[in-house]
Amino acid sequence: MVDLSVKLKDLELKNPVTTASGTFGFGEEFDDFIDLNKLGGIFVKGLTLHHREGNPYPRMAETPSGMLNAVGLQNKGIDYFISDIYPRIKHLDTEIIPNVNGSTVEDYIEVTEKINEIEGINAIELNISCPNVKEGGMAFGVSCPSAIAVTEAVRKAYDKTLIVKLSPNVTDITEIAKGVEDAGADAVSLVNTFLAMAIDAKTRKPILSTITGGLSGPAIKPIALRMVWQVYNAVRIPVSGMGGIMNATDAIEFMLAGASTIQVGTANFIDPTISIQIIDGIEQYCEENGFSAAMDLVGAMEV
Amino acid sequence: MKKIQDFNVKEYKWLNDSSYVIVLQSSYPIPEIKPGNFAEIAVPNASDVFLRRPISVLDVDRELNTLSFYIKVVGKGTKKLSELNIGEKVSIIYPLGNSFSINGIQNALIIGGGSGIAPFVLLGRKLQEEKVNVTFLFGARTKEEIVLTEEFSKYGEVISTTEDGSMGEKGLVTQHSVFKGDFPFDKIYTCGPDPMMKAVAKIALQKNIDCEASLENMMACGFGACLCCVTETTSGNLCVCTDGPVFNSKVLKW
Ligand SMILES: Cc1cc2nc3c(=O)[nH]c(=O)nc-3n(C[C@H](O)[C@H](O)[C@H](O)COP(=O)(O)OP(=O)(O)OC[C@H]3O[C@@H](n4cnc5c(N)ncnc54)[C@H](O)[C@@H]3O)c2cc1C
Ligand SMILES: Cc1cc2nc3c(=O)[nH]c(=O)nc-3n(C[C@H](O)[C@H](O)[C@H](O)COP(=O)(O)O)c2cc1C
Ligand code: FES
Repeated sequence: MVDLSVKLKDLELKNPVTTASGTFGFGEEFDDFIDLNKLGGIFVKGLTLHHREGNPYPRMAETPSGMLNAVGLQNKGIDYFISDIYPRIKHLDTEIIPNVNGSTVEDYIEVTEKINEIEGINAIELNISCPNVKEGGMAFGVSCPSAIAVTEAVRKAYDKTLIVKLSPNVTDITEIAKGVEDAGADAVSLVNTFLAMAIDAKTRKPILSTITGGLSGPAIKPIALRMVWQVYNAVRIPVSGMGGIMNATDAIEFMLAGASTIQVGTANFIDPTISIQIIDGIEQYCEENGFSAAMDLVGAMEV
Repeated sequence: MKKIQDFNVKEYKWLNDSSYVIVLQSSYPIPEIKPGNFAEIAVPNASDVFLRRPISVLDVDRELNTLSFYIKVVGKGTKKLSELNIGEKVSIIYPLGNSFSINGIQNALIIGGGSGIAPFVLLGRKLQEEKVNVTFLFGARTKEEIVLTEEFSKYGEVISTTEDGSMGEKGLVTQHSVFKGDFPFDKIYTCGPDPMMKAVAKIALQKNIDCEASLENMMACGFGACLCCVTETTSGNLCVCTDGPVFNSKVLKW
């Protein structure tokens, strides 16, 4: 029997496989396909203080081995999540982790304080890396001082596990990772999407209504893997790794590079059952390669 | 309940040089499919086609466990799906989306263009069961593009317009004489290119007739997880894949 349980600081997950924010709705969308209770955790769709309509259509463009999105954090606001959505999913035997967004530090604090009140939620993911909103979002995550400022402020307002989601759209991701570690983050998750664009040569127009958007999928995997490895070597706090994970082998590579947990994103759109297959694949890999615990894979790349 | 299921290619039927019907068969029972429902088809062995493709269900045979799709070749995915070997495995997520409403109507006008004729076989059959009179009005550039008329005529009269006048009346669907003079219809259903549906919705509004449009927005998932497929409505951005694809034209911000 392989022990699949892993820890992100004090947060215990039954296995390393979680689903990435914005790619898994609130979990319910996948209820027909899989047993959600089997997941290590669900990072739910990005939440903001107030209702947001998001960006106009078109918000999506398929690109080689990936896709661009410019959803722009469409959601009904934190209060709606607490009153209407969370009661429908709180019975699930998996960690529900809200993804917290804001335009100002005050927004982040207010959303966090509201979540702090909810029983059963043991962690938040602070998104300082969304490339698809004009104000806030990635603006916080691409400069060290602002990343530190928002992390410090939210740390004061939150006493459970604080995961900070990093943007790959920076010169040196380890700088920001170290900054948020010092500011009190319990863990970091990476990567969010890469700022990118697509043009339709036929019409000579941008495909996305916002011109630029965020690139995800296997196209970004090698870069994400490199960043996870760099951050793992730069900080002492645990890393939640993602970026183009399509199968168990990809997930194992992220763990070998230093990720304690992994997040499955865009792959959910193509195969809504893939997260469960990845759990099984990690277990099988551990058995076949003599690992008695999934935790032993973390950072186990041999150089 | 939505399912992800493997099918095998059973047969192809080319209808003209750019559109075909593909029939897929499963060894498992097929759940109920409602008119308007669609499937997300994974294009096999195509490294340049990353996402699944949303395609309306043309027809279903629950005895043979087959689903058929009418596909117009517009790009790499729809091309690649036309080149599979008989017997090849295809993964499908279905049934997705809502369906047309058919309560309390007597005379339906169904207006389709382009690939937007696919949902109307199931709809036509259902309306016939409900004893509703059906007229199909199809628009295309030339007569070669007016297809499956034999099938549609089982459920109602088929009339058409072509831009070159090679079949039916010359012009666009909205210029058809059916809109002039006496107008017996109490419901319009439409699917096709956005400009066509918008023009149809406008006529429906002028005539004060209920109109439902089935949208074909680009999708990443097809089942409500990504929020990429939205359309603007009177109640904000709604997902075409879960709140639609069928919308009452009055709620659409066209
Ligand atoms: C609910 C729904 C039902 C549909 N039903 C059918 C159907 O029954 N039969 C059918 O043939 N098609 C249908 N479509 C449209 C079909 O999904 C697209 O034509 C297909 O995804 C194009 O894939 P491709 O790889 O061939 O094109 P690509 O190579 O991806 O693109 C080629 C060109 O087509 C355009 N395009 C891509 N996707 C769409 C889209 N969704 N709408 C309009 N233009 C697009 C692109 O902008 C590009 O210019 C449906 C779409 C939806 C959302
Ligand atoms: C459609 C879509 C919506 C997303 N929304 C969010 C979001 O709300 N918050 C967030 O932190 N990340 C969001 N992301 C980023 C993903 O969580 C993930 O970081 C990224 O997609 C990389 O992983 P992948 O390549 O496995 O998809 C979104 C990604 C996609 C494709
Ligand atoms: S296509 Fe993903 S939500 Fe509609």
